[in-house]
Amino acid sequence: MTETEIRQAIFDAIRPIAPEADPRNIRPDENLREALDIDSFDFLNLLIALHGRLGVEIPESDYSQLTTLSELVRYLAPKVAGGSAKAP
Amino acid sequence: MGEFRMPSLGADMNVGTLVQWNVKPGDAIKRGDIIAVVGTEKADIEVEVYETGMVDKLIAQPGDKLPVGTPIAFIRVAGEAEGKVEAPITAEAPVQPPQAEKPSGRRVKASPLARKLAQDLGLDIEKIQGTGLHGVIEKHDVELAAQARVPAAPEGVAGPAPAEPAAGMRHAIAVAMARSNREIPHYYLSTQIDVSKALAWLERFNQRRSIEDRVLPIALLLKAVAHGLAQVPELNGFWIDDQLKPSPEINLGVAISLRRGGLMIPAILAAHHKSVEELMTALRDLITRARSGRLRSSEITEGTVTVTNLGDLGVETVYGVIYPPQVALVGFGRITEQPWAENGMLGVRPVLTATLAADHRATDGHRGAQFLEALKHLLEEPESL
Repeated sequence: MTETEIRQAIFDAIRPIAPEADPRNIRPDENLREALDIDSFDFLNLLIALHGRLGVEIPESDYSQLTTLSELVRYLAPKVAGGSAKAP
Repeated sequence: MGEFRMPSLGADMNVGTLVQWNVKPGDAIKRGDIIAVVGTEKADIEVEVYETGMVDKLIAQPGDKLPVGTPIAFIRVAGEAEGKVEAPITAEAPVQPPQAEKPSGRRVKASPLARKLAQDLGLDIEKIQGTGLHGVIEKHDVELAAQARVPAAPEGVAGPAPAEPAAGMRHAIAVAMARSNREIPHYYLSTQIDVSKALAWLERFNQRRSIEDRVLPIALLLKAVAHGLAQVPELNGFWIDDQLKPSPEINLGVAISLRRGGLMIPAILAAHHKSVEELMTALRDLITRARSGRLRSSEITEGTVTVTNLGDLGVETVYGVIYPPQVALVGFGRITEQPWAENGMLGVRPVLTATLAADHRATDGHRGAQFLEALKHLLEEPESL
């Protein structure tokens, strides 16, 4: 799975949580929760959705590493089933 | 026969719009059934019935905008004879915001401005419900009555009716909060709580669970609030008819912000009987339904206290406004790492600021302080939860 595909999976997971937001406008280094104006409940729902889409289990202790979009992509890439993610 | 009336779905509601009936004449109904959907300024609410029996006649039609208390259906209560009209049936909670009593022959309490406005608008002042102190009718009550006049008021004389849902939400919040500030003498107390043990407890708790079943810190905070209120019951209830009416049930109203703006305060019913896990499940359900517009009337009307958590937004201390006729609001801020002295040693701990806004008519600072002390103890010793 490429990083582009992972990013797309993240965007797809964001849409039902923040339907009025256009995730393509989020800068890679921007705080995701602030950019989307989502609370801890929404953020947990985002991680649950990613777990469902990508099959990646994210332990609670890793939440602090997942502040930005780029951090999320970097975190998920090596864990996605099918091996390491590649840049497009 | 009982009259089923337009319910009061909160201190901020004077009129409601019947959106749809879920029943038809002849249908058997039982207590707790959702029989209609009513639109308020904030959201559409599923309205439950508090009696068991049969639907006899539907009076109101979908689209009708009616003042609270207007009969909208007749219901034959189980076991009663046909054709006899008895006490009204409403979807209201057992305890409701104080209503102005205007028995015939008594002088109606209204401000001079309200009287003049009612006269100008051709409204009968005796038929208007006052929301001011001791039920006094004020200008905005007249404006709301004009807005709710059935059939529709002639063009040009209606009150400042909100033009769109967002404006309606803002207006509803404005009515409730203005009433709160007008009527409730708030006092505020706050305390800082070392939540290192609580977070460690939660981490251990979550390690055993899949991501779908994980519990957020707010569930633990709700549990602690419910326990604390059980120890200081004067903070859990209502101020009605100039006296405190504590509630035997602890129904935690949770302030939930909506993505389109505004907020709802639905309640987790009987929170004191729920485990942390059950509170998380209930909260998840409530947030999901609040944001998708599928709350039930009991959840809107039966909150006995409000909890608001603004920690997600980086706020450290919350000074809340009590939702009348409740008598307290508990606020939580962000958990931050702070220097913390204990047993003569200085360390760094995750610290949470908990705030109590309470009605000074109902309690004094002493009882408020006892509640915060109980809350602090419970969160510093989470095994006790």
